[in-house]
Amino acid sequence: MPEIKVTPLGAGQDVGRSCILVSIGGKNIMLDCGMHMGYNDDRRFPDFSYITQNGRLTDFLDCVIISHFHLDHCGALPYMSEMVGYDGPIYMTHPTKAICPILLEDFRKITVDKKGETNFFTSQMIKDCMKKVIPLNLHQTVQVDDELEIKAYYAGHVLGAAMVHIKVGSESVVYTGDYNMTPDRHLGAAWIDKCRPDILISESTYATTIRDSKRCRERDFLKKVHESIERGGKVLIPVFALGRAQELCILLETFWERMNLKAPIYFSTGLTEKANHYYKLFITWTNQKIRKTFVQRNMFEFKHIKAFDRSYADNPGPMVVFATPGMLHAGQSLQIFKKWAGNEKNMLDVKMQVEYMSFSAHADAKGIMQLIRMAEPRNMLLVHGEAAKMEFLKGKIEQEFSIDCYMPANGETTSVITNPSVPVDMSLNLLKREMALGGPLPDPKKPRAMHGTLIMKENSLKLVSSEQALKELGLNEHQLRFTCRVQLQDPHSDSDTLHRIYTHLKSLLKDYTIQHLPDGTVMVESIVIKVSSSAEDANSKVLLLSWSYQDEDLGSYLSSLLKKGLPT
Amino acid sequence: MAAHLKKRVYEEFSRVVQIPHEEAPAKKLRLSKPSKSAALHIDLCKATNSTDALQYLLQFARKPVEVESVEGVIRILLEHYYKETDNSVRLKIASLLGLLSKTNGFSPDCVVDDVINTLGNEKSHQVLAQLLDTLLVVGTQLPESPAVRPRLVEVACKLLSDTYFGVRNKCLQLLGCLGMVDTPLRQLPFRDVQSIISNYFSDQDPRVRTAALKAMLQLHERGLKIHQIIYEQACRLLSDDYEQVRSAAVQIVWVLSQLYPESIVPIPSSNEEIRLVDDAFGKISHMVSDGSWMVRVQAAKTLGSMLQVSPHFLEQTLDKKLMSDLRRKRTAHERAKELFASGEFSSGRKWADDAPKEKLDTNTVNLIASGACGAFVHGLEDEMFEVRIAAVEALCQLARSSPSFAEKCLDFLVDMFNDEIEEVRLQSIHVLREISTHITLREDQLDTVLAVLEDSSRDIREALHELLCYTNVSTKECIQLALLDLLKNLNKYPTDRNSVWKCLKFLGSRHPTLVLPLVPELLSTHPYFDTPEPDMDDPAYIAVLVLVFNAAKSCPTMPALFSDHTFRHYAYLRDSLSHLVPPLRLPGRKQVYSLDSVDPGCGSGSVESAKLFLQQSLNRVSTIQNLETPGAQDLLNFTIRDLQRLGELQTELAGAADFCATYLRCQLLLMKALQEKLWNMAVPLCLKQNVTATAAAQQILEETYKLEFLYSGLESRQVATIHHVRLQAKALQLILTARTRPGSCEKFLQEIESFQRMFLTELPHLQDGFVDKLLELMPRLLSCKPVELVKILQSSLRQSGLLQLRLPEQIHRASATIIEPTGESDNPLRFTTGLVVALDIDATLEHVQEPQDKVKVQVLYPDGQSHVIHPKPADFRNPGPNRHRLITQVYLSHTAWTEPSQVEVRLLLAYSSSSSSPSSSIKSGWSDSIDGLPPAEAAVEGTIPFSKPVKVYIMPKPARR
Repeated sequence: MPEIKVTPLGAGQDVGRSCILVSIGGKNIMLDCGMHMGYNDDRRFPDFSYITQNGRLTDFLDCVIISHFHLDHCGALPYMSEMVGYDGPIYMTHPTKAICPILLEDFRKITVDKKGETNFFTSQMIKDCMKKVIPLNLHQTVQVDDELEIKAYYAGHVLGAAMVHIKVGSESVVYTGDYNMTPDRHLGAAWIDKCRPDILISESTYATTIRDSKRCRERDFLKKVHESIERGGKVLIPVFALGRAQELCILLETFWERMNLKAPIYFSTGLTEKANHYYKLFITWTNQKIRKTFVQRNMFEFKHIKAFDRSYADNPGPMVVFATPGMLHAGQSLQIFKKWAGNEKNMLDVKMQVEYMSFSAHADAKGIMQLIRMAEPRNMLLVHGEAAKMEFLKGKIEQEFSIDCYMPANGETTSVITNPSVPVDMSLNLLKREMALGGPLPDPKKPRAMHGTLIMKENSLKLVSSEQALKELGLNEHQLRFTCRVQLQDPHSDSDTLHRIYTHLKSLLKDYTIQHLPDGTVMVESIVIKVSSSAEDANSKVLLLSWSYQDEDLGSYLSSLLKKGLPT
Repeated sequence: MAAHLKKRVYEEFSRVVQIPHEEAPAKKLRLSKPSKSAALHIDLCKATNSTDALQYLLQFARKPVEVESVEGVIRILLEHYYKETDNSVRLKIASLLGLLSKTNGFSPDCVVDDVINTLGNEKSHQVLAQLLDTLLVVGTQLPESPAVRPRLVEVACKLLSDTYFGVRNKCLQLLGCLGMVDTPLRQLPFRDVQSIISNYFSDQDPRVRTAALKAMLQLHERGLKIHQIIYEQACRLLSDDYEQVRSAAVQIVWVLSQLYPESIVPIPSSNEEIRLVDDAFGKISHMVSDGSWMVRVQAAKTLGSMLQVSPHFLEQTLDKKLMSDLRRKRTAHERAKELFASGEFSSGRKWADDAPKEKLDTNTVNLIASGACGAFVHGLEDEMFEVRIAAVEALCQLARSSPSFAEKCLDFLVDMFNDEIEEVRLQSIHVLREISTHITLREDQLDTVLAVLEDSSRDIREALHELLCYTNVSTKECIQLALLDLLKNLNKYPTDRNSVWKCLKFLGSRHPTLVLPLVPELLSTHPYFDTPEPDMDDPAYIAVLVLVFNAAKSCPTMPALFSDHTFRHYAYLRDSLSHLVPPLRLPGRKQVYSLDSVDPGCGSGSVESAKLFLQQSLNRVSTIQNLETPGAQDLLNFTIRDLQRLGELQTELAGAADFCATYLRCQLLLMKALQEKLWNMAVPLCLKQNVTATAAAQQILEETYKLEFLYSGLESRQVATIHHVRLQAKALQLILTARTRPGSCEKFLQEIESFQRMFLTELPHLQDGFVDKLLELMPRLLSCKPVELVKILQSSLRQSGLLQLRLPEQIHRASATIIEPTGESDNPLRFTTGLVVALDIDATLEHVQEPQDKVKVQVLYPDGQSHVIHPKPADFRNPGPNRHRLITQVYLSHTAWTEPSQVEVRLLLAYSSSSSSPSSSIKSGWSDSIDGLPPAEAAVEGTIPFSKPVKVYIMPKPARR
């Protein structure tokens, strides 16, 4: 039986180092190639030795697909392609291709320059790796080879995040990467058509959460910032991930614009600034509002937001500063925090408030269910989440959609048996003949039985009428007839019995042509019925039925009918 | 395949080459042929290949065909159709047949037989579809024909089994447009049109499924009752793979829910049953989270019109249950409500108050929204603003009919004030205003609402002011909050002054008891000390006073809290801003405006009596037999005075009173002009002396234009009366100038004719009038000499009686007020000569129809130059019925002046007599011969100033070198 195998090397019942292997229709595909934030040793990267112990991966993988630019989805890519060795195609969307190297370079700098690690990938390796990347467009079907095709859908998690539909023949898998079903200030919602894949591999970060509307969150945030600015206070906003920073920038920028505020907003320089450049360019990947208004003004060309300089922190008056890293544990955000926290003791009317806000762009439980409803998969597979939470969602999915749901751990293989349909060419003559027989229109919902000959020749399948098949193959036609004897107790003479059979059948089978031929036979369509009395007993008659195999249905019906005897 | 493609490429290539060759001679031939059909015939016979033929047909289709030759052309087309072997040419012919049968005045019965015959022999599916389309056109042209309809339906049924989707589509369309539900069909006795159409709900082609649904809708639109049986099928189509099918299915489900709201349907997989409208509501709610945004818009819009749904289901649409790590979490709305209830609202947010609470049982959590659950929660957060707007509108419609739902959806609407798209914000503010009668805002909600006051968009702020006018609030803190935020707004955007004051006026008069405890604080009075007197010109202080005075109107104890200067300020404001400050009964002060204080007491009674008075005055005037009756002038003078005063007192009748007064003034002028002594002299003698009469005639003409175009709500009878006066004025002019201007007599006679034509239906009402007399003498007038004519006119003018004016129900005078600039500024607007300066204009227009086309801004410079500026259509906003707002900029420029001086700015109402006079009732009189009508009167275009001019001080400086 054909089957699809899915093995997570990372992100199986876990968040981080997403890396999933899929074998479908004889093709092997790697989905994402991420690193784990929590580890600094070998566990940081997925275990590629699972694929092969020695040698390069090129022979074992048909392609690698990266869903978006976050490091837990692409962090191990240079390691895999350059250090382990892979020369095949790597697919990612245009924005991902543009932003990914910036993040990888940053990651390399921190690991090598700051922590002093050796045996790590180099800048050159990142460049070499990016040369192997083939960019994807949304909804563009890319033919990886003759059989394998992939298509990207909008995922809305960050700029350029994509879901991929992988298809071999009639088998298909959808991998969602990270996605978001609720639109935000700069990105739209994930969308997929009703592609009915065999497996839907979905993230499940918020498997057990249903979130409140983003409007309340936004309003709270804006109100706090606004109040603090009005009082002349300074606001420090530590931000984590690339993408969320832009979201908050857009949010504040539009608010400033709307409310006509004058206080400066600063953005601590760093990788986000570089990334911002790309945000300006990939307008088509953003939401409706930004796409519609960019003709007048590109929303990412901020009017109120300027680059931050260390000296600005001492400026008097209200201001808002975005700084990295998000945890306030080091770097610029810590410096600023220290400076302003100290000031707070001196300046009485500026009250330092600590606000915790969550602006996360993952789909919540409802969102995941919504995506399942959109795509209508036959099986479901959860990754990128905690085991306990997945368990809950798994139960819910099985209950609501009555489909199988899997949640393999890392290294564990899930196989799903598929039932691929095999396309067969049908000869036009045969089709027309069949249509003429069975009503005007074929009903696509109902299977239909038909006669024909399947010819398998040189990897192609053909369904033709039997005459044509005989002709093509140069064979002679053989007639196959069934004959059957039925014993009957009937006191009448042979000819009378025959006549009685004739009238009996005539009364029962109204739609068929029944003939009483002068040579002592009854013909029902092409079925011949003869009567002969047995030698010993004149009363017991032997009926001889003969039919060709095409009339098998009618023939067997008649024989069983006649076995019951004639009405007296 | 490749060979085929190649062939097609060659074909197309050859087409491109051949066209220019054949075109030129074809045109020449056509010119020489008189008959259209003959020309076509020759052309088509000449065509050697299909490309040529197509080309001829295309050219032919560009020109209209006269009714008489349609039949012939159709014959020729059909003839060629039978001969033609090329599909594309036949297809074009078929489409031409359809086009031709649309010709006005042509009855397409005769086409039917031919087309149906050709249907039988046609092999190409595309041509078949086109032929059916032609039949559809014919069928819609002859909706009531008893012979054609069943035949067409029969044809459609027969061809429904075609394999090509286009043919099936057209057949379904035909059935939808022409089929009858109740009469069974001839050849299929047990099936009616509806069941045939519903069979195709499960067609394999989505386009056919859509067409079937649309055909069903068409049946419904034609007023046929569609059966409930298809409900289940339609519901199944809601989950179709194709969006257009789903969209049409939403409509069908909605239609059924409106037709059979109360019938009972079973819930699958349970034994329960619910009302159909509830079931449909649930299903359509589900579509709000559909994959396609078109469907989502459709679903959201539809929800708004399902008013019969049970409250239980309605409230589910706003339902959302939150959880975090399987723990129940409260929504921000619930938290805000609790916080407010516990009295901790002002202290702000507690740390981690959104921490999840109790653990949830995994079995009870429902992740898939069943039924209507959370439909609006989804819709309001949708990615596309079209969906959000539709959801907001639907919320509004539902909330208007259900107060409890209005209360519930309040939080969500308030949230929408923060949307990223201005249109959505504006819409949600408008919606909140519309449902504001049902709701009372809580303090925290008000806080969110007020935050929007800082928005930089003027439209948003003004919408919000409008909203606050109608809002109910619950506590005095709310009033204080609102006042503070409005003052902040005033400070930030001083241009909002009027709007803010108006808003506070309503806020005060709505909540007198809540304002009362705040008064000492607001006026900063102190029990022992005298506080300094605030600045009277401070807009913020005026704002506070407006609030307090309006509250004091229905709270008699309040004035006791006022200090001395407050009373003085009251007197000042009552004079200067009388529309904002109501009359108050102040202790120890005499009522300054006795009339005003009486007014509110009598209410509607006074309007009635005023109406009666108006009518009586008119009746009295009508006693004047003709214009020479002694004492008539005095009577008119008094009546005009009375009417003018009445208009001032009774604002509701101001339009009518003004209208009458102006009309009477015209009559008076006419009367005076006729009574001049000079009048009896021989005409040539008085040429030099009749200046006053000339001026009067001119003035009457102007007044009639005002009467006609400045007032809305006129009926054709009034228009006729006005035109009659105009005719009189023209007659007067003619008498004065007949000698000097030859040809003016003919013109006048033409005018009489056109008057007769225009007001044929009104003529009986004009008996004894001037026109009536003239029409009697018409044969004589046409033949006589100018001198004679003048004499006749003179006598008939003097003998004709006064036409009685009948008042229409509603009559309003268009008016405009320029709010900005105020004309108070002493600082001249300085700018360099040769450059321009932009002047902001803000004006309100009332009772102006289509101001975009009519309203203009005029700038008058001191040297007599005047500029007329046409504002952009986008500068007009429509804040309410019959109200418009013009916010625009005009550019001023002039050569250098030695010192600053004033320019006048005013608004003009443009009119054109050609466009406005034929109102609907008049049209019926002469609609038969519009084309043959000569230009009635040379279209008179002009402008009427309808606002008070405002003076702006400007100073163009010479350019520095």
